[in-house]
Amino acid sequence: MRTMRRGLMLAAILVVGAVAWAAVQQMSVQVRTGQLRATPSHLGKVAAAVAYGDRLTVVQKQGAWYSVKDARGRAGWIHESALTTKRVVLKSGDADVAAGAGGDEIALAGKGFNEQVEGEYKAQNAEADYAWVDRMEAMVVTPEQAVAFLAAGEVVAKGGAQ
Amino acid sequence: MKKRNLTAPAALLLLAALIAGCASVTKLGTQIGQGSGAITEEQATSINRSAEALEKTFADITPEQEHYIGRAVAATILQTYPAADEPAANAYLNELGQALAMASDRPQTFGGYHFLLLDSEEVNAFAAPGGLVLVTRGLVRCCGSEDALAAVLAHEIGHVQGKHGLRAIKKSRLTSALAVLSVEAARNLGDEDLKQLTADFEGSIMDVTQTLVNSGYARGLEKEADEAAVAILGRVGYDPRALVMMLVQMGESVKPGGPGFGRTHPSTGDRIGALDPSLADKRAMADPAARRARFTRAVGDV
Repeated sequence: MRTMRRGLMLAAILVVGAVAWAAVQQMSVQVRTGQLRATPSHLGKVAAAVAYGDRLTVVQKQGAWYSVKDARGRAGWIHESALTTKRVVLKSGDADVAAGAGGDEIALAGKGFNEQVEGEYKAQNAEADYAWVDRMEAMVVTPEQAVAFLAAGEVVAKGGAQ
Repeated sequence: MKKRNLTAPAALLLLAALIAGCASVTKLGTQIGQGSGAITEEQATSINRSAEALEKTFADITPEQEHYIGRAVAATILQTYPAADEPAANAYLNELGQALAMASDRPQTFGGYHFLLLDSEEVNAFAAPGGLVLVTRGLVRCCGSEDALAAVLAHEIGHVQGKHGLRAIKKSRLTSALAVLSVEAARNLGDEDLKQLTADFEGSIMDVTQTLVNSGYARGLEKEADEAAVAILGRVGYDPRALVMMLVQMGESVKPGGPGFGRTHPSTGDRIGALDPSLADKRAMADPAARRARFTRAVGDV
């Protein structure tokens, strides 16, 4: 009797597990470079970088942070602002796009307001100062540098990390 | 027995995960249904076209497109307000700004946050969509400390976080632009579509720039940005009262209705009144020597 109950339970768990596995939540990186951190905090050490369009498997969520794994098996915490539930399609001619899948499930990378449109805009607005915008975007402060900056200025978070 | 105590919660967890995943399963189902080969590509395109003709909002703009809008808005503002080529001040603004943006509710934008000093006496700051933040010399001079400058940058980050700039774009432009996008999804843009998209893009840049430079945001959005600033300052470890201190200083140097902040923002008195009264506490703020020294060194004589 006891063995049978155990067997049934095991079977139930296997079924539920298999279906849950199939429905595991996948999210896509919607920013150029996403940061995978060691802990769910803006002060967490950056463990790895993920790229635009990368598919991540969600393990769990805590506040605004998702614990995820990428296709290469790298794991970490990533802020929700870097993710979308849509599938980001990087190349035109992708099977799903050709099939006319709805715009609510798919985000087309490099489409719409893109480099090509920016080029047209630049041509028509020669006065717009894109040179300084490019210089501005080249001013990059890494998360490590920002943390060091705060420490050097004795700026200490009181309530702990977010 | 021990084994069952372990597995029962595990089964519950799995069940919870399954239920949570259901919504996306339904979506996936309709997606597959739409895409199943019963209709030709042409028909699918036309179905898509009518579906996409529905009204679009700023929330439909992807971070990548927001990035290109932000670049154009910043490039356009820089026509009127030239950049200040001062490496020390700009490096300092970027370190401080990055430290604040990291702790915001939107630490990750497509191209990240970047900050730039503007060579203008006017007291003003602009947050282009996606995180390009421009601050005038005149406004930096209003800041008596790193904490006060942090309050200014955190307020601008609050506008980026709330996508306030994108909200200024007329809905008709977005509907038009995103319709072109859906129709042309599988192909490269043709001349006509590129022309239409560029016109929508130009219009969008005009809408945002006009709001940032001339008309200003609605009062409610300013309040939202001030509240975001208070939250960010607190998380990072700056004194949130610096926002009120900065507003008081600004109130003294900005004429209401005059150029810059005076025209595009509610009066500083109104903004202080909308904040938590405890922030008006006038007890002295900590300003460690190292923090004061680097503030003076970087922007002491802008």
